[in-house]
Amino acid sequence: MLASTADYELEMQGETLIVHPSGCWNIEQAGSLDGRLAKDVALLSYDHVDYDMSSVEHLDTAGAYLLARAIRYGVKPAESWDVVSDSAGHKTLMRAATSAVLGQEPRVPRQWYDAFARLGKATVRFWDELIETLAFIGHFFVVLLKVIVQPRRLRKRAIISFIESVGLDAAPIVMVLSFFIGAVIAYMGANLLAAFGASIFMVDLVGFSVLRELAVIITAILLAGRSDSAFTASIGAMKMRQEIDAMTVMGMDTYEVLVVPRAIACIIAMPILSFLAMMSGLAGGLIVAWATADIPPVLFFNRLNDAVGVSNLWVGLVKTPFFGLIIAVIGCRQGLAVTGSVESLGQRTTTSVVQAIFAVILVDAMFAILFFQLGV
Amino acid sequence: MSGPNILDMSAPPMRAVGIKTQFGPNVIHENLDFTVNHGEIVGLVGGSGTGKSVLLNTMLGLKEPEGGYVEYFGQNRDELTADMRGQINKEMGVLFQGGALFSSMTVRENVMVPMRESTNLSLSLMRELADMKINMVGLPPESAVLYPSDLSGGMKKRAGLARALALDPKLLFLDEPTAGLDPVGANAFDELILGLREAMGLTVLMVTHDLDSLYLICDRIAVLVDKHIAIADSLEAVTQYDHPWVKEYFGGPRSRAAMNAGKIAVSGQKE
Repeated sequence: MLASTADYELEMQGETLIVHPSGCWNIEQAGSLDGRLAKDVALLSYDHVDYDMSSVEHLDTAGAYLLARAIRYGVKPAESWDVVSDSAGHKTLMRAATSAVLGQEPRVPRQWYDAFARLGKATVRFWDELIETLAFIGHFFVVLLKVIVQPRRLRKRAIISFIESVGLDAAPIVMVLSFFIGAVIAYMGANLLAAFGASIFMVDLVGFSVLRELAVIITAILLAGRSDSAFTASIGAMKMRQEIDAMTVMGMDTYEVLVVPRAIACIIAMPILSFLAMMSGLAGGLIVAWATADIPPVLFFNRLNDAVGVSNLWVGLVKTPFFGLIIAVIGCRQGLAVTGSVESLGQRTTTSVVQAIFAVILVDAMFAILFFQLGV
Repeated sequence: MSGPNILDMSAPPMRAVGIKTQFGPNVIHENLDFTVNHGEIVGLVGGSGTGKSVLLNTMLGLKEPEGGYVEYFGQNRDELTADMRGQINKEMGVLFQGGALFSSMTVRENVMVPMRESTNLSLSLMRELADMKINMVGLPPESAVLYPSDLSGGMKKRAGLARALALDPKLLFLDEPTAGLDPVGANAFDELILGLREAMGLTVLMVTHDLDSLYLICDRIAVLVDKHIAIADSLEAVTQYDHPWVKEYFGGPRSRAAMNAGKIAVSGQKE
């Protein structure tokens, strides 16, 4: 591909400007030609432009566009133009180029103004988000009650499949994580308590922290990262592909079809997962206690029974259905809020995970206060 | 000059040789040979599920065939250097079925993407050229600053075409270009393609079910049946071809109506 340089000559005949372009008028050459022709014709006055294309080797839309500037940039815009060429294509291209209408210029950013505008928008959005989330929760409970009253409307198959993906599939990772957390707590205790010669309190430390808080929180955060984001992404993608619209038109209730099964699955899976996490957390603590402080398993369990007791297990577990519910509802709510663009899908997924983790920790703190007041 | 870094522009821009495609045990194409010659507009037709889009993807290089190879400008694609591939990719424009616009950018920015990547034009000239392309495909100027999610299906398609045309490619792939356009828009689109071909020696491969397009602008029609291109020839030859599916396709009432309309249009042009 040998491209000869594009050039042109101008010739005036009375009120007619004749442009003699030559060479390759294509997009590769356009950079160097940009602005030249417009400058050259700026002082000429004419009302007709003739293009003599006889020595043009190659013309593309970019070249044609630059040539068409001769029509617009004279002292006054030319009234008519013509193309002298063997190729009908040249004329087609020139016609396309001359009829080009420029769209609106991009808006120039105004630093301060835009910053305040964004702040204002964010405030309004925060408020709307709060209202919509509350409305969503309300709507969800109404539908949930309806489904409970008429259990035939419950989608058992969907619930079981969600329990598998939310619960069973997450069990290994939850247990491994919790095992390590239990082990880490035990190590911390081993160092600290050995100084007082009170290594046996390690069991109390592991038992209380894992059963009451850590196993539950770890499970909830993992579920928020794993399933909540999946809910948002899958429902969001359905929304983008108009599947939700199709459902609505068929008379299906999106809350009943999409939200309720996920919520019920989470409510069931969350306590089971948390229980598994507690057990493996204790196992982690037990192994470290055995290895570092010579506390044999029998002693570990005896101490666990005496000092910690089964009540702490219930304190931990009683919170879990609420966490499951929160995670499912936030995931679905954000998924249904996705609009057409891919960007909003990503944004909503992020929001969903952040909100879910935030809500879980907030609710956990409220439970802590409640249990403290109750003295359990 | 036929060194490895120079494209031989006289060779067929694209040729598929002995293509075999399969998904698991499911064979889609077998021993498929297909050539697109320089300056041609080729229409690819075939029943649903015969793998038209898969073939398009294979020709584009988005999918590697399980057997056979694809040639661009006489060179086997697998033997091309990365440099040459880049050069060839610049000469290709693709309009995907749904437009495939980048959703985080406005229409104008979408059209500017290929220009930004491979030319050194000034920003303002790029913007003007993008606006020109947007106008060429029949979108209103206001749409330049809209995001793809604000566009209707037909508008997305046009915007996708504007982006495919951004660099004035030599080879244009169109996947159902006129589907979803109103008849006026579809006619304008056909004329646009003809004009571009005339002016720039554009070679077009289009998957289409628009019989008007087939009759009016396609030089050759390739029929994908029985896992291969059974015939790729002029409209007359294809309509005479003896195969039940082809007979049904070109013998149906829609086809006859379009053919008559095409004849009238062609004779009108000649007068």
